[in-house]
Amino acid sequence: MTDSTRAETRPAGTGEDTGAPRGVSAPSPGPEATISAPETTADAPGISSGKKVVRIGDRVFSSIATGSGAFVVVLIAAIGIFLLIRAVPALQVNQESFLFSGVWDTRNPSSLHFGVLYLAWITVASSLVALILAMPISCGIALFLTQYAPRNLARPFAYIVDLLAAVPSVIYGLWGFLVLAPVLKPIAMWMNTNLGFIPLFADGNSDTLISGGNVFTAGVVLAVMIIPTITGVSREVFQRTPTSHIEGALALGATRWEVVRTTVWPFGRNGFIGGSMLGLGRALGETMALTIILSATFDAPRYSIFDAGATFASKIALGSGEFNNNLQVGAYISAGLVLFIITFAVNALARWIESASGKGKE
Amino acid sequence: MRTDTADVDRLATPPAFQHLSLGRKLKNNLATTLFAAAFVLAVIPLLWVLFTLLQRGLTPLLSADWWSHSFYGLLPNDFGGGIYHALVGTLMQGLVTAVIAVPLGVMVGIYLIEYGRESRLARVATFMVDILSGLPSIVAGLFIYALWITTFGLTRSGFAVALALLLLMLPVVVRVTETMLLIVPDELREASYALGVSKWKTIVRIVLPTALSGILTGVMLGLARVLGETAPLLILVGYASSINFNLFQGEMASLPLTIFMERSTGTAAGDARMWGAALTLVVVIMLINLLATLLSKMVAVKTK
Repeated sequence: MTDSTRAETRPAGTGEDTGAPRGVSAPSPGPEATISAPETTADAPGISSGKKVVRIGDRVFSSIATGSGAFVVVLIAAIGIFLLIRAVPALQVNQESFLFSGVWDTRNPSSLHFGVLYLAWITVASSLVALILAMPISCGIALFLTQYAPRNLARPFAYIVDLLAAVPSVIYGLWGFLVLAPVLKPIAMWMNTNLGFIPLFADGNSDTLISGGNVFTAGVVLAVMIIPTITGVSREVFQRTPTSHIEGALALGATRWEVVRTTVWPFGRNGFIGGSMLGLGRALGETMALTIILSATFDAPRYSIFDAGATFASKIALGSGEFNNNLQVGAYISAGLVLFIITFAVNALARWIESASGKGKE
Repeated sequence: MRTDTADVDRLATPPAFQHLSLGRKLKNNLATTLFAAAFVLAVIPLLWVLFTLLQRGLTPLLSADWWSHSFYGLLPNDFGGGIYHALVGTLMQGLVTAVIAVPLGVMVGIYLIEYGRESRLARVATFMVDILSGLPSIVAGLFIYALWITTFGLTRSGFAVALALLLLMLPVVVRVTETMLLIVPDELREASYALGVSKWKTIVRIVLPTALSGILTGVMLGLARVLGETAPLLILVGYASSINFNLFQGEMASLPLTIFMERSTGTAAGDARMWGAALTLVVVIMLINLLATLLSKMVAVKTK
């Protein structure tokens, strides 16, 4: 290995000098390096034959890199497989219809009752409320940051919005339930009294209009949590609007708003939808905020946004106390598997929309 | 003379641009206001959350005991106690997570940019990293439970938590490595190859150092995000109100878990500790973010 160490010291020095791409400094060590090239050929005497040089270091390194790449693929497969393996035994002894029942009683391992219908409703309802609130706001922020904000302020402003994502979800949960819910109460009451004839705003399955532990509060908090996700993606696509389009519109006498409507929005629409799907994926899997906010209840939901209950994720988090028997855990793992499949599908769709929007416009 | 200037005036001003009709002007102003309002609307919850944390959680942080003691032996109604046990747990779990996630994630990034470009495995891996970045933290916890505890028969521990956090941190590291390696100019690689340097040494000695500051920043940001995760903790480790330095055995506290546990006490003292722990968690996360910015400035390759 003495040869190789000698060979490696010199380029390393160059590497530090040329840390930045300076074309000028490269030629000076050039001649020396041509001399050292044969030395490196001797690096792996056993393998090298003729002109093609195969270095052991290269082989090892590229295998590690490829192995790591393959590991990620295996990892996702492993998640699906392990969850499935652990879910099946519990599903086999389940006394309820897993998909079409909402009853959840896993306290007795010898007679398990679990179905995900109610969980699915609360999960989907809170995520949709979040999406409906977050989509227009995120779109507005992204347009504001890319088209309106002064250029030197756009970056710090974007950073501020990103900070929303840095707050841990458990803290959003505390804030949502203890601080925000009382503030939202009058709004919820107003919707309930004036729009109560629509089932969506009718009384829920528990007294959550007073406590605030309902889908509505959860949705508002989720909206805050997914705004940075949607904004981030939208900002990127809106920024990529060709300058020639914008300048063309301006030259024709368009106002800022007309520029946005005629060039930026049509160009970035698909990316915005993709970003919203990513946000939806995040909302569906969000755990702690909902674990804290949503009141627990055994009653069937009335399909109102003032329902209480649990989402897939919060049910699992709350059930961790029951994790002492493989069958009981299996019931929760079955719910986790459903959540995994849903988020997988939503995320895959989001990426597909995003990549399709990038290609179509060029 | 007079007529001349009048002629010049007339030519230059009116017909060059048409006046905006009132409707268009109104619409434009309305849109501007709405977009700016959306931004303001998003800033409100951020400030509100920070204000709440400071208002309710600052008192315990001001005592020296908070940073040097644990909650050991405190009854639910006793005020006082310190967050030291949870800090130890959070930092240890975070450290182990980072130690595994960083090399692995950087290698995946290197594979995607330097070796696998355009290959089928690389495309599948990129997709899987995307999926992993959208993986709900509770599912990561369940997977580690199914693997580590049910299949391998090991106990719940701080290390199991670190494994779950690893799944959540990995995509962040991969993403950031990818972006940073893409920025490294190809001329640099070519110059290195031209000098007869092997590919792996080029990557380790030239490409990685150039991208280092960006990767470091990304790693710290990923770590900061992962440390606030609570869901996997609920499944994978029990809560201890005393200090535990052993990652492989026994119950272990951490800041998010402490917040959740103190909430269930339902006492005024528990509430104070809960908000104190919440503020501490945000302080820790902000410190790590700050450190990321500083580090990236310190390690940044000098361009002049």
